[in-house]
Amino acid sequence: MTNDILVFAEQRDDKIHPGALQAIAPARELAEKTGGAVVAVVIGEATDATASALDATGVSKIITISDPALKHYSTTRYRTALVSAIETLNPRIVLLAATFMGRDLAPRVAVRVKGALATDVTELHWKDGTLEVRRPIYNGKAFGLVQFPSDRVAIASVRANTFAAPSGGSGATRESLPFSAGAGDDRVTTKEIVRTGGAVKDVTEADIIVSGGRSLKSEENFENVIFPLAQALDAAVGASRAACDAGYQPHSRQVGLTGKTVTPKLYIACGISGAIQHLAGMRGSKVIVAINTDKEAPIVKVADYTVPHDLFQVVPALTEEVKKLHA
Amino acid sequence: MKILVLLKQVPDSTTNIKILPDGSDIDRTGVKMVLNPFAEFAIETAVQLREKRSDVEQITGIIAGSAKAAEALRTALAIGADDGIHLQDEAFESLDELQSAAVCAALVKDAGYDLIIRGKQEIDLDSGQVGPALAEALDIPHVGAITKLDVAEDGKSLTANRRIEGADEVVEVQLPALITIEKGLVEARYPSLPNLMKAKKKPVRAVTSADIPGFADLVGTVGGTKMHTLEPPPARPPGKVVDGEPAEAAKELVRLLREEAKVL
Repeated sequence: MTNDILVFAEQRDDKIHPGALQAIAPARELAEKTGGAVVAVVIGEATDATASALDATGVSKIITISDPALKHYSTTRYRTALVSAIETLNPRIVLLAATFMGRDLAPRVAVRVKGALATDVTELHWKDGTLEVRRPIYNGKAFGLVQFPSDRVAIASVRANTFAAPSGGSGATRESLPFSAGAGDDRVTTKEIVRTGGAVKDVTEADIIVSGGRSLKSEENFENVIFPLAQALDAAVGASRAACDAGYQPHSRQVGLTGKTVTPKLYIACGISGAIQHLAGMRGSKVIVAINTDKEAPIVKVADYTVPHDLFQVVPALTEEVKKLHA
Repeated sequence: MKILVLLKQVPDSTTNIKILPDGSDIDRTGVKMVLNPFAEFAIETAVQLREKRSDVEQITGIIAGSAKAAEALRTALAIGADDGIHLQDEAFESLDELQSAAVCAALVKDAGYDLIIRGKQEIDLDSGQVGPALAEALDIPHVGAITKLDVAEDGKSLTANRRIEGADEVVEVQLPALITIEKGLVEARYPSLPNLMKAKKKPVRAVTSADIPGFADLVGTVGGTKMHTLEPPPARPPGKVVDGEPAEAAKELVRLLREEAKVL
């Protein structure tokens, strides 16, 4: 193994995922300790824009694997491509973003290269000649310190919004690797990508989330109260399990233990009391705002700011204030 | 069609997690253990396939863990699995996810399962590694975190929707294949009392490390991470209450988010 760190620069339609840029920050810190270089690998059909986005992040080398067969993400083809990059570079550590793609891909790649894997990590350290990471467990109610064996490639997926995307540096060298399909790659076909949720962002890709609970009382109230604030903030709309079970919002917007776990920079909980199951999905948010008449509600205990008023009065006022900011 | 459902027993989601003073584990005293909610979706998916199709011959549930894990396996049998496999051996307890997947692959690779189903994630350690890792170890395709499933009439392929950022990927794979289930595909049924009684009579095969061909070699060739210390989450600083009339409070909140928290 070399002392290099390989970062999988996830992209779709040649647009780099912000999580992949963020993963370069810990990669650079680790490379200083291991004495290796940070290398990014881009896999896709068109890769130029993604590679250019990596130029100013301080990576030493950008490997591109471009092929029409890699236009859409396919677990098996992307596995084959990433494995070929790992075998070519022979890095000490491989980092991915803990996205839908990263979570899907990392275990298969780890098995294929006989590596070791930890997912969704929030801290990475070089310690006693190997990688040690910290990762949330029990839905953020605890953290586990995980030590990697020193004799295998260490693979980790990095939780979104944990690190700031680095800047600085230029002049990364480029190298392209051919894609040769492996046996069985064609047993998976991505037939189409169907946009869901209309014009609003998905909770897993937004920096800001405005969430509503059962006290919204109807789908219409979500439309009239929550969505305008979300639009003003360029935010995603989330909902509690109770609100989804009541049919006010689809389960794709559910934040919580059996919904999605989110870590945005701002989470605004409107009329959500904060059942354990909900807190589990959003307590990793950077700043939490609770709009709730009950000052004793569990959400208030984790909130940075609480507005102890009826959401039907506060949220429209907040929407107006935010609009003034952008006016 | 033979279906294998991968199960796990986890602390109930409402558990107040306390960490032992030495950080080695959570305090398991009095903790209620249940079948992982995503594993309930997995077994429910299998049972619904049998209700819709005539070619589902067998649904087998597999679980690893101590004697107590048998309860979670019983829940799956009560929901509708025909039989169970219980991997019970101290040697399994120190394995990480990739090693567990390797062991499971060695056990089931010649058993002729057409479809392997698992929950998207476990609500305890939440790594979601075992499903895709098992598919790789078996060299079969997988579709992860699916919200829609359509198994072809001839039983040779399936099409599934897989949730990604703001969209669904529609993926077709040939069988044998592995799928992991996201919330929303099915609602797990509540096992009835008669079915819980019947579940007690369904066959469960006990498996130890001695039954796994080449066990020591298997676990020595992949994975090997060790979660050595558990810590509580960092305490959040106490929050501020933004007082005043709603309009005033809204204005003040925007100011705080801009100037103090710097997130707007």
